[in-house]
Amino acid sequence: MKTEILKIAAAHLKPFLLILSLVVLYRGHNEPGGGFIAGLLAGMAYVIYAGAFGVGKAKQLRLAKPMFFMGLGIGIALFSGMIGLMNGAESIFTGVWTTLTFGTYSLKLGTPLLFDLGVYLTVAGMLVKIIFTVMEEDV
Amino acid sequence: MLGIVPASLFFVFLSKIPAVGWADDFKEVYPWIQDLGIGFSFNLDGLSLFFALLVTGVGALIMIYAGYYMRSYQKTNRFFGYLVFFMAAMLGLVTASDWITLFMFWEFTSISSFMLIGFKHEKTAAREAALQALLITGVGGLALLAGLIMMSLPYDTFSFEAVINDPQPFLQSRLFVPATLLILTGAFTKSAIFPFHFWLPGAMQAPSPVSAFLHSATMVKAGIYLMARLHPVMESQELWIYTLSVFGVVTMFVGAWFALAQQDLKKILAYTTVSALGTMVLLIGTSTAYSVTAALVFLLVHAFYKATLFMMAGNIEKITGTRDMNQLGQLNRYMPVATVISLLALLSMSGIPPMIGFIGKELMYEAKLNAPAAGNFILLTGFLANAFTVFVSLRFAFGVFWNKKQDFKKQPHEPDLSLLAGPAVLVFISLLLGIFPNQIAGLLGPAFQAILPGETLIKLKLWHGFNEILLLSFLTVLLGIVMFVFRKAIIRIVSYLNSNYFNLKLSQRFFAGIDVFLNFTKKKTAVVQHGYHRFYLMTIFIAAALLLILTMPAIDFQFDFDLKFDGLSFFVMLAAIMIIAGSIAVVVAQSRLVALIAAGFVGIGLTIVFILYSGVDLAITMVMVETLTVVLGAMVVYHLPKYLNYSGVGSRIRDGIVAVFFGFVMGFLALQTSKPTTITKISDYFVENSYPKAFGENIVNVILVDFRALDTLGEIVVLALAALGIVSLLKLNARKKSSR
Repeated sequence: MKTEILKIAAAHLKPFLLILSLVVLYRGHNEPGGGFIAGLLAGMAYVIYAGAFGVGKAKQLRLAKPMFFMGLGIGIALFSGMIGLMNGAESIFTGVWTTLTFGTYSLKLGTPLLFDLGVYLTVAGMLVKIIFTVMEEDV
Repeated sequence: MLGIVPASLFFVFLSKIPAVGWADDFKEVYPWIQDLGIGFSFNLDGLSLFFALLVTGVGALIMIYAGYYMRSYQKTNRFFGYLVFFMAAMLGLVTASDWITLFMFWEFTSISSFMLIGFKHEKTAAREAALQALLITGVGGLALLAGLIMMSLPYDTFSFEAVINDPQPFLQSRLFVPATLLILTGAFTKSAIFPFHFWLPGAMQAPSPVSAFLHSATMVKAGIYLMARLHPVMESQELWIYTLSVFGVVTMFVGAWFALAQQDLKKILAYTTVSALGTMVLLIGTSTAYSVTAALVFLLVHAFYKATLFMMAGNIEKITGTRDMNQLGQLNRYMPVATVISLLALLSMSGIPPMIGFIGKELMYEAKLNAPAAGNFILLTGFLANAFTVFVSLRFAFGVFWNKKQDFKKQPHEPDLSLLAGPAVLVFISLLLGIFPNQIAGLLGPAFQAILPGETLIKLKLWHGFNEILLLSFLTVLLGIVMFVFRKAIIRIVSYLNSNYFNLKLSQRFFAGIDVFLNFTKKKTAVVQHGYHRFYLMTIFIAAALLLILTMPAIDFQFDFDLKFDGLSFFVMLAAIMIIAGSIAVVVAQSRLVALIAAGFVGIGLTIVFILYSGVDLAITMVMVETLTVVLGAMVVYHLPKYLNYSGVGSRIRDGIVAVFFGFVMGFLALQTSKPTTITKISDYFVENSYPKAFGENIVNVILVDFRALDTLGEIVVLALAALGIVSLLKLNARKKSSR
């Protein structure tokens, strides 16, 4: 399966897919997208890479720490639920929103987005972990 | 250093003594589950303060002691974590003023006790003892929860006040008897009351600071606390009085009896603790001013001397390497200070003046003399139990500090100052309070009021004059000494009787019961969890289809469909053809890979449908999931043997029937949902509120991350767990292969 074409494509697709996944994650609140899809996309970036270069190489990538990201994701999701509580809401997962403004650009941020980030990280981590393990089994 | 926290808390609580008694001053309420009337609320009244002082005061001394005692152990930070967790749980338990809050902290203490007993988890005995204690107190905890809920049913709230201020609705409810028995089961398991007492001697596997703190001074008193707390509600009930009296008497006697012939210092102390706990239950059940005063004084006395003795037993074990009576002796030569401290504590345990233990015992006799029901029998058993305790104390003192037998594993020496500080302080207080007993009246008074409102605390005195009680005390000590003179014969007789007639083996029977249960569940699991994936799927499909059919009448299901095929666009037709062709291909495929790809085809067809009907989110997800499924499937298929015709005609027909059946049910359901119905859909709420309340236009996403965020959190946790499960399964398999 290790063809040159796939290798070059995978190496270039990886950053592209990662950035795309972040875009999908952010726009999820108002347009199609969201943490789950974005997480799958990000995971795919690594799966394709592993398919082209082998799991051993893929595992050496800087961000290839799926277990860490799974834990971090659940932690972030849980934490995002607590923010509302700290702000005096009655139950957890009450949304809190702020708008950051940089000159003419404004960025709407809220705890649901943070929560979605948690979903994103967990899903990506899970996907990478499972596929890497199954692929290792192959060798 | 950790001792500072409980010590400072102790002084905080101490400063509250003068103020306690005027209720509501120390009330903290945090709303929790308001719909069910559950509040996260605390209140500090006399009884709570009494226990809180006990927990923090003894806790501080134990912390100092443990700081040095645990030095030779591994993972001590974990140990102290558990210990502080326990202390917090215990404080929560005694200050809670809501039954559910109390229950929660009650369970926390069980869990921390489990971890502390099993702290030396390399030892099988420690693990078994920990599990046994957890299971018994856990079952008791569940019974307690059920009982508390039953008790609170006539009220709208779970707060203490409701039932304590107005017990009539509960007393007259039909659930009074079961609720009371369940609550008592909880209290009895926690306080090691016969027949649940056997976990406590087993718990001696824990390091000594734990035995001193949890299993003598505080945690086992939680049951006593609960009974004292409920006493004002129940005091007029015969069920309550008789249950407490009977179980109290039996436990008092059984504990003292089994303490007689033990050889292990900590086991001796554990059985006398069981006896003491029985005594306290009995005293509360007797329900007179004398008995409740006696219960409170004895509780305090017992905490002091028993914690001291446990700490000394720990010291002795640490220094000589053993805590077996047969190997110890003449320690007074090596550790004079420790000897004096232990002897004073033993004096207190035997109830000999001038220790406060004497006052405790005098009050006990006074209470038993005045006991309304079956007074003589209770007096006799109490007398015997006390004489046994005197005997045990003498044996402890003589066997450890004078006896000639010596079989030390190490050369003994005086324990470090920090190992002696805690015991010394406790003994000193015992002595001081024995001479000036009314110093604690200010503390006991409000606690007494909480148990027996309307009566007053009996004045505490060291010297009552020559009367029948003093005579009883004297006779007790005399009998103890006489027994000690004939100790060899007595120990032989008791051991003989224990092993031949009273060999209850409750602990072994308990484990045998657990084994039976485990075997049963194994068999049951083998039937339900047979391990054939295809049958799991079949079960799920059939069950889902049947449930759907069952609910159809409820949604006014009608079998009149008006199917129209004209007006469908080209793309829909294409998708439909793809799906149908794919499905047929899956069924007739001759190799796994082909079947897999055909299944992918069906998925892509569905995706097109989603896109056409503007479910873009679903479509994107679907594409990825389908792709991944095919990729993963291909990897798995690669390893499997060639397509074998493993399913016969019969099973194929069976599978076909199930598949078609499920397909039809789902199809009808899908057609039904497209018709206008009278049911209000929850999706309308989401559509209306998505933007105004959650500032999102993508409804699917808003539901996922905002309205139903808790569900999603659960889902991603499941995902992570599934990943871990898959990984560990595969890794395990790989290891097996490599080892082969």
